[in-house]
Amino acid sequence: MAVQLEFVKKPKVVLAFIDSLIMVKRSSQHIIRNTDQLLGTFFQPIMFLVLFAAVFGGAVAAALPQGVSYLNFLMAGIIVQTVSFGSTTTAIAVCNDLQKGIVDRFRSLPMANLAVLNGHVISDLFRNSISTVVMLLAGLVIGFRSNATLMEWLAIAGIILLFTLAFSWLSAIVGVLAKSVEGVQWLTFIIIFPLTFASSAFVPTASMTPVLKAFAENQPITHVVEAVRSLMLGTPSGGHITMSIIWCVAILIVAVPVASWLFRRKTSH
Amino acid sequence: MPKKDYVIQVKNLTKSYGENNVLKGIDLNVERGTMLALLGPNGAGKTTTVRILSTLLKFDGGSVMVEGYDVAKDADKVRSVIGLTGQSAAVDELLTGRENLVMMGRLYRLTKRSAIARANELLEEFDLLDAADRPAKTYSGGMRRRLDLAVSLIATPPVIFLDEPTTGLDPRSRIAMWDIIKKLMANGTTILLTTQYLEEADQLADQIIVIDGGKVIAEGTAKELKGKVGKDRLELAFANEKALAAAQKALGAGVVSVDEKEHSVTIAINDTNEDVKSALDTLSKQKIELIAMAVHKPTLDDVFLSLTGKQKKGDK
Repeated sequence: MAVQLEFVKKPKVVLAFIDSLIMVKRSSQHIIRNTDQLLGTFFQPIMFLVLFAAVFGGAVAAALPQGVSYLNFLMAGIIVQTVSFGSTTTAIAVCNDLQKGIVDRFRSLPMANLAVLNGHVISDLFRNSISTVVMLLAGLVIGFRSNATLMEWLAIAGIILLFTLAFSWLSAIVGVLAKSVEGVQWLTFIIIFPLTFASSAFVPTASMTPVLKAFAENQPITHVVEAVRSLMLGTPSGGHITMSIIWCVAILIVAVPVASWLFRRKTSH
Repeated sequence: MPKKDYVIQVKNLTKSYGENNVLKGIDLNVERGTMLALLGPNGAGKTTTVRILSTLLKFDGGSVMVEGYDVAKDADKVRSVIGLTGQSAAVDELLTGRENLVMMGRLYRLTKRSAIARANELLEEFDLLDAADRPAKTYSGGMRRRLDLAVSLIATPPVIFLDEPTTGLDPRSRIAMWDIIKKLMANGTTILLTTQYLEEADQLADQIIVIDGGKVIAEGTAKELKGKVGKDRLELAFANEKALAAAQKALGAGVVSVDEKEHSVTIAINDTNEDVKSALDTLSKQKIELIAMAVHKPTLDDVFLSLTGKQKKGDK
């Protein structure tokens, strides 16, 4: 053998961090290689934005606060919806890894196994950020306007990133539990679909039936949508920003250890 | 006499899934720089054994030491000295061959420079240089296996586990794989290989352990085992039961097995020319009509037949 091998000698924590970086690189390479998914990342948000604005715009206009166009109202909702569905990529990626035996390979290496989950979750942040930016640009083209200041935009970015992170970790749990990728699609569909539609993402909650309204106004997606919307439109946030952060942090506190524990358990049968 | 340097030491290894006892007390030792082949049919416990030895699976009883580390206690240390090539090629399909190698090298704690240099070396050695920058999903079965094996060698671990490395490969890819494995052995790597093919164990291994139903049923060199099995086999098929019974009687003690359904008998032969001729002479003297005959090498079935006195169990 010609090549003289050198090994990285660092404390365990640092090595585990490097492992995560390597896994983030891997999952991010997947984003670029997976052309179908890449198309989804770019075109799905644009399609949703244009369709919703065109289909619901006229009907919903009357229910909106004075002087707010439906497109301006919709922007926050459609971003949160896209990001919610986007976070399910983590579930699919985790499930895929577990099905295809590559996790066994990783486990036979002297690496930190949870880096696999970190990689998928973090690269999901990248992908969803791309989706969000694409959507904002498309929105600007068709007439979306915002008076938000730079600080407010940073706050919007922060909330969306935190929300994506929380939902990706939830999604990681689904990915570990599901027995197949089809199963993942079903599970995420029956969780995410009601959450995004029974919220203030597309229409104000005022006209909903009492039970639905009570649910819609107290679930995390509505808080996140309202927080982002108030920052975009310059309206009072009414505690939604605080509630969003509390919800996301609470989800993370539960989902990260649960996902990690399930992943460890699943991979050490 | 110096004490033998065992790299892998397994004592009374047991494993069960509920009521199902998969391993019923396996003992094995592999000396440094040699290859041990674990030979057995599907469901014998080969893969379970490899998964335990490579830290992927917990075991119930016994002890497993690899390169001086206890698999149950020092899994991380064990992982840094082993390479594993499983039955299903465990490579990242969306990454290129080169990216797979570099990534796995980094996860083995190689420095970036070492990982890149070593990846290049392996791509060349495994004849994958042309395909190096294509995603692994475009690779053929043989290429995938080669990449998978290359990945497990990226940090040149002193111990390699090869779990059925040629199952499902076409004959040409199989021979290419054997050549690579032989080179590995020449470098002094200690190898534990599992296989269903007697020929593979014969070609490659220094020592063979035959397992069935979670137990070791024989061990020795290929030559020793073959001695137990006998030499080539002559299979003679007849038109009906009457002819079969007559042939059985005529051939006497030479018969190793009888297949009532196919009306055929198998006899062990030492010298192809002489023994075939004498068998045919015997039959023609007794006017027993033969409808087909074939000579074949001892197969795993024959090993099992002579070691356990029963047919290899159906595929599971």
